[in-house]
Amino acid sequence: MASIFTHEFNTPIYKGKTSFNTGLYIDGKFVDGSDKTTIDVINPSTGKVITKVAEATVKDVDIAVAAAHKAFETTWGLNMGGAERSKLLSKLARLMEEHQQELAALEALDNGKTFNWAMDVDTTFAIDTIRYYAGWADKIHGQVQETDEKKLSYTRHEPIGVVGQIIPWNFPLLMMSWKLGPALATGNCIVMKPSEFTPLTAIRMCELIHQAGFPPGAVNLLTGYGNTVGAAISSHMKIDKVAFTGSTLVGRKIMEAAAKSNLKNITLELGGKSPNIIFNDADIDQAVNWAAHGIYWNHGQACSAGSRIFVQSGIYDEFLAKFTEKSRSLKVGDPFDLDSYQGPQVSKIQYDRVMEFIQSGKEQGATVHLGGDRNGTEGYYINPTIFTDTTPDMKIVQEEIFGPVGVVIKFEDEEDVIRQANDTVFGLASAVFSQNITRAITTAHRLKAGTAWVNCVNQLHANVPFGGFKQSGIGRELGEYALHNYTAVKSVQVNLGHIM
Amino acid sequence: MVYTAKIPVPASNKEISVSTGLFINNEFVSSVDSSEVIQCFNPATEEVIASVVAGSSKDIDVAVAAARQAFKTTWGKNVTGWERSRLINKLADLIERDSQELAELETLNNGKPVAVARDFDIGDSIQCLRYYAGWADKITGQTIEVDNKNKMAFTRHEPIGVCGQIIPWNYPINMWAWKVAPALAVGCTIVMKPSELTPLTALKLSELVVEAGFPPGVINTVPSLGNVGGAALSAHLDVDKIAFTGSTITGRKIMEAAAKSNLKKVSLELGGKSPQLIFESADLQQAAAWTALGICYNTGQDCTAGSRVYVQDSVYDKFIDVLVSTVKETVIGNGFDKNTGGGPLVSKAQFDRVWGYIDAGKAEGAKVVLGGERRNTKGYFVDPTIFTDINSEMKIVKEEIFGPVLSIGRFKTEEEAIALANNTTYGLGAGLHSTDASQCMRVSGLLEAGTVWVNQYNMLSNNVPFGGKKQSGIGRELGSYALEEYTSIKAVHWNIGEKLQWPL
Repeated sequence: MASIFTHEFNTPIYKGKTSFNTGLYIDGKFVDGSDKTTIDVINPSTGKVITKVAEATVKDVDIAVAAAHKAFETTWGLNMGGAERSKLLSKLARLMEEHQQELAALEALDNGKTFNWAMDVDTTFAIDTIRYYAGWADKIHGQVQETDEKKLSYTRHEPIGVVGQIIPWNFPLLMMSWKLGPALATGNCIVMKPSEFTPLTAIRMCELIHQAGFPPGAVNLLTGYGNTVGAAISSHMKIDKVAFTGSTLVGRKIMEAAAKSNLKNITLELGGKSPNIIFNDADIDQAVNWAAHGIYWNHGQACSAGSRIFVQSGIYDEFLAKFTEKSRSLKVGDPFDLDSYQGPQVSKIQYDRVMEFIQSGKEQGATVHLGGDRNGTEGYYINPTIFTDTTPDMKIVQEEIFGPVGVVIKFEDEEDVIRQANDTVFGLASAVFSQNITRAITTAHRLKAGTAWVNCVNQLHANVPFGGFKQSGIGRELGEYALHNYTAVKSVQVNLGHIM
Repeated sequence: MVYTAKIPVPASNKEISVSTGLFINNEFVSSVDSSEVIQCFNPATEEVIASVVAGSSKDIDVAVAAARQAFKTTWGKNVTGWERSRLINKLADLIERDSQELAELETLNNGKPVAVARDFDIGDSIQCLRYYAGWADKITGQTIEVDNKNKMAFTRHEPIGVCGQIIPWNYPINMWAWKVAPALAVGCTIVMKPSELTPLTALKLSELVVEAGFPPGVINTVPSLGNVGGAALSAHLDVDKIAFTGSTITGRKIMEAAAKSNLKKVSLELGGKSPQLIFESADLQQAAAWTALGICYNTGQDCTAGSRVYVQDSVYDKFIDVLVSTVKETVIGNGFDKNTGGGPLVSKAQFDRVWGYIDAGKAEGAKVVLGGERRNTKGYFVDPTIFTDINSEMKIVKEEIFGPVLSIGRFKTEEEAIALANNTTYGLGAGLHSTDASQCMRVSGLLEAGTVWVNQYNMLSNNVPFGGKKQSGIGRELGSYALEEYTSIKAVHWNIGEKLQWPL
């Protein structure tokens, strides 16, 4: 029997209770995995097990896909009009709002981000995203094309069908909403695999999805491992499309599996090593604050992190001094303390990874200007870290660290810094700081990235598209653009008079 | 000062209270310079049910000033699409909560059946508001490639500003929603003049506007006589746009006033004399049902009423039989009676007007095959009336009657049918009934109307545009198209690299 997880939050910042079924959610029911195995969910603040959740196997993927197809043919897909889909999504957003604090607390417990961030950004943005896509559901328009008077020629933007969605652990609930919103608005059925590190808010969301009234099979949730469930989804012959957010390494595997199986449509949201270019004529104090947000937000566990900070020589010393001061002031502590800015990294594996990068930085001769060490003795906390005196070929400059580790690089020449900024296989985001708007905009236009921030970093909106150039991804999420990921265009040509 | 009317609901212990002042800046107030009132009637009983403050042209000035202030400070570009979306959705929720009471008030003042008011008028209005709430955060401009070195060009879709909105009495709540929703979604502020015949539900809805949390001045409601408040809005120098639904004759006056004042933008939703064509391949039973709907729904008080029907010779007699027996089933009665399909006409003036046309039809030699007899009871009830043996010169064939009076003609060929259908200065709706797909495509292509129904009539959706060709109107409501009526495009050319030499 799938078990119930009950937890009492008694913390300085939040007191409340949560209680929910930790099974897989398939065809409108919470069930055990086929093998009746479970996955331990760890609290990264302590390293201790919070609870066990049901583990899905490859067999469960088949069951979920079948349920999704059944729903697509009968109660979802084109069997439910856009206005109805809109209503259900609006209802879901309302339920999320009613339970916002509970969801934020679960997220903080499971992922390690602070309760404050989980409230102010993760859950708020997730609710806004669902609401935004609720508004699109009855506005999926095709076109009519004029050919001649004997023909009626038009397009339909139909739902693709059953889509697989694999989401990461860094913004669990938010990433779930980015995937659910456009897919459900356009009428698709979903088989979703949350990260095995952070399944709790996804599972709780399924209760809300059920409560909102989505028909059984429209959304299915399978908590499981990437190399079993994730792989099965990517190579499933009856899944029509897979959407993935995660590492570039895994993204390749998914694309390969899609190619080898049924050529399913793919969208990928992968890694980044985003440059943040700060010119002499930047507002230095603002640049410092934004740069800190760029690399330390979410403990550096953001695909768009501005992890290479290029500072022009004229302001380098002043910037570095102020940036160091700022970084030092960020409080690392328990996610449920009143004033913590940064909690632990999400898992032991990630902690080890980041520490390895820090070690490589030291070994390759970079200077540890700040931090570079563990914080505390319990849990996976790492101090905000700044490296200087780097060279372009160092691992910490080339590779995505995904931790609170910023690399500050001095530059002189504008042409050279743009070349350096673009000299990466990644292309997810970028930022430019300059008070000269012409310089700022022209630089933004020259940076090879899916998002170019000017005088800001890491700001996202539900209606502004987001995605990567180059090896940072394929396709765009958010905004109207995301709808294209989940619709298949059918041209209908009705002959009303041409005689053959 | 708070004025409140308490109106008893028939056959119940309920009373509906309605604030009867002018609604300006989120408050109900008296007129600044007039003590005139407008009496509101129950068309089923001919009795006065309430009196509301009649706005003067000075009151319009006050309302416009409030709307302008809100546009400059709390609305317009000062509010995000998210917030507009949230508020419009909240308003929809409140209307849903109060739908029974709003329906009863609508029936008391307009006469239509309560269930129809609640499930269709109000149901569609709620859906309309939610539909446009969904657009509020999706108003996008374009970036346009001019050259990639020197210029960044883009468009912004800005709210036009202060909009005067004048709505009719046939669907008071539904017309209110059609106007209010897209204007608010885009960020405009509103001075609404509801019909002097049916101002009560607009005032009741204004109470919900406050409860929803709209800032003062965003929506203002000024019941007023057409030639007072309506004229003042149309001619006002500080109103940026006027949207009107009503008669073509009034539409002309509004456009003229707009031209003479400040060239404000104008959208008009006017009259119609919409034709339905019944071809020989049509399913006659269905065609008769849709024809009945077309002329009897809302007791014929519909701008798209299918008031002319032309039937192909080969099926003419059969169709007339089926149609008469179908329309005969229509029950015109008191809106609070559960068996009623259609209510009375809205007022004495309309009642007299429609009877004038029925009398003219008889006088000009058309044949009455159904109805045409007066009831001798209280209330402005007119039973469905069908004329045959018509010709194109008759008043009943040329002019909009706005009652349940149908004129039926005949044709031989498709070309003749289309010519008959298009022989009108109007162009709002049209219907055709045929099972020949090529014919459907051809004929729908040639009919000069803003909406063409194929094998159907009078069914609208909030996401499909609606409006008139020819003298039936200017602009479109509903769908994404309505947004354009309230949006003003600004093109921004941002120089990022060009250094100018002067002289060139």
